[in-house]
Amino acid sequence: MNKANRVRWWTYLLLGLAVFACLFPLYWMFVVASTDSATATQMPPEIVPGGNFFHLAGLVLETVPFVSSMVNSLIVAGAIGVGHAVLCSLAGFAFAKLRFRGRNALFLIVVLTMTVPTQLGVIPQYMIISALDWVDTLQALIVPGLASAFGIFWMRQHIGATISDELLQAARIDGATTWQIFWRIAFPLVRPAAFVIGLLGFVTAWNDFLWPFIVLKSPEMYTAQIAIKALQNSLDIDLGLAMSGSFLATLPLLLLFVFVGRRMVAGIMDGAFKG
Amino acid sequence: MTTTLSTPRAAGAPPAATTRVRQGIGERLAPYAYIAPFFLIFAVFGLVPLLFTFYVALFDWNPIGEHIFIGLDNFTRLLDDARFWNAAWNTISIWLLSTVPQLLLALGLAHLLNHARLRFAVFFRMSMLVPYITSVAATAIVFAQMFDRDYGLLNWLLGLVGVEPIDFKQSVWGSHLLIAVMVTWRWFGYTTLLYLASLQAIPRSLYEAAAVDGAGGWKQFRHISIPSLRPVIVFTIVTSTIGGLQIFTEPLLISRVAAQTCGAVRQCQTLTLFLYEQGFGQFQFGYGAAIGVALFVLIIAFAALNYVLSTRVRPER
Repeated sequence: MNKANRVRWWTYLLLGLAVFACLFPLYWMFVVASTDSATATQMPPEIVPGGNFFHLAGLVLETVPFVSSMVNSLIVAGAIGVGHAVLCSLAGFAFAKLRFRGRNALFLIVVLTMTVPTQLGVIPQYMIISALDWVDTLQALIVPGLASAFGIFWMRQHIGATISDELLQAARIDGATTWQIFWRIAFPLVRPAAFVIGLLGFVTAWNDFLWPFIVLKSPEMYTAQIAIKALQNSLDIDLGLAMSGSFLATLPLLLLFVFVGRRMVAGIMDGAFKG
Repeated sequence: MTTTLSTPRAAGAPPAATTRVRQGIGERLAPYAYIAPFFLIFAVFGLVPLLFTFYVALFDWNPIGEHIFIGLDNFTRLLDDARFWNAAWNTISIWLLSTVPQLLLALGLAHLLNHARLRFAVFFRMSMLVPYITSVAATAIVFAQMFDRDYGLLNWLLGLVGVEPIDFKQSVWGSHLLIAVMVTWRWFGYTTLLYLASLQAIPRSLYEAAAVDGAGGWKQFRHISIPSLRPVIVFTIVTSTIGGLQIFTEPLLISRVAAQTCGAVRQCQTLTLFLYEQGFGQFQFGYGAAIGVALFVLIIAFAALNYVLSTRVRPER
């Protein structure tokens, strides 16, 4: 379409509106998180941030064990991010570059698992976690999320397209084992892509709600998202409290996004299968 | 355990050309070992629980007490349960309200972003991914506040033009709309990027040829862009069906009171929330599992229907 033409002014207007819609709720979160409750409940509402941010943040820390919940989130999301980067690269490498019986059928199964609504099995999932004695532990959140079908699919595409067979053959001739070929040659070459998959795994795990909500029982095991829910439940009727918690829990990802958002965008666009 | 130097196993070469050499068993099993973690995790925490749901649904299953086989009683009870039909209707309504605008919005925005000479392209793309990195919980909290009857920004703006405050959370349509806005906000940018990636893969020469033949922007969009986007559109419709019918966090977090039912009259309780309420609120694992089975059937039916519709309906050329 109008690729050769000039960009019309209304294109910028519409895209500007979309950007505003995307960013305004986060700005608003900060506004409410930085005003005292009297201001937050006045009409007309205050639309610029107030000076109450640190007071509310302190209140958040008093109400729920917020620091430990952030640490828990960091542990869970960090482990899942690393797991994604390594395990999805490894499986993607096998599917892209190794020959073995049943390869195509197994890969098809990986793709099909993406359409299975496993969340519906949440009751037996809980029974399994109970049987393992993992209720109220972080490994109950980490282990099920260590690898994803999407990550494997994506790494297979990437490894297939970027690593030449000749290179791997040369290593093979030099006597390298399959593991050495992966770890010393293939993985270093696809590390940037593995980093993006790790990021996507990290973000998904950081934001996960239903499963931690079911598995975690004691406040000191909460992840940041569950702490937000606990803030909402707290008897304190301060409107800003849940908003302050939400903002604090979103802040680390926003900061991360400033540095790596560009690569995440490129990653998501590379992963999309193209018409 | 090393391969022979003279006849290396050609990794990735066509099977006919591959000379199989005798290898250590470790080497031969290596590929299976590399893909095993995913399959193991998926089996233990995904597939087996899903299948076991069908089994648990046949029992009156108390997590700390007895479980008694009752056949299909949970299902007959479910079909007579007005709360179930209410939740099913809410789920479908919220899904339609969130999916249709989201996909159309993404299509339009991807079209705008796919301009070769667009400035600030990176900024636009990054901004649209910000909702995706914001958690559902935070999204629900902030939107519930913005749509609040008494102190919400939206009702204040509506008040400026003389509209009476709308109590979104308490009404059926209001609460559905509110949840749909949350879902749409979080996902439209991500979907836009998927569409944009597909649009960029279309050779520009196609558009140039169409322009020479006198096809304007709209005709080019309809006859070149849309057909080329069909696979990714089908993909997003199917995934948003599977995800959209399992909405849980948004309705749970809308209100502090009666959270498990999303309000006093269950005005926005979805099937997944109903499952949670019965399974983990009332400790009726069997009945909760039966809800899971019903939702599974609903998802399969809708995904299949959408797949058939979106692959068979073609614009005239």
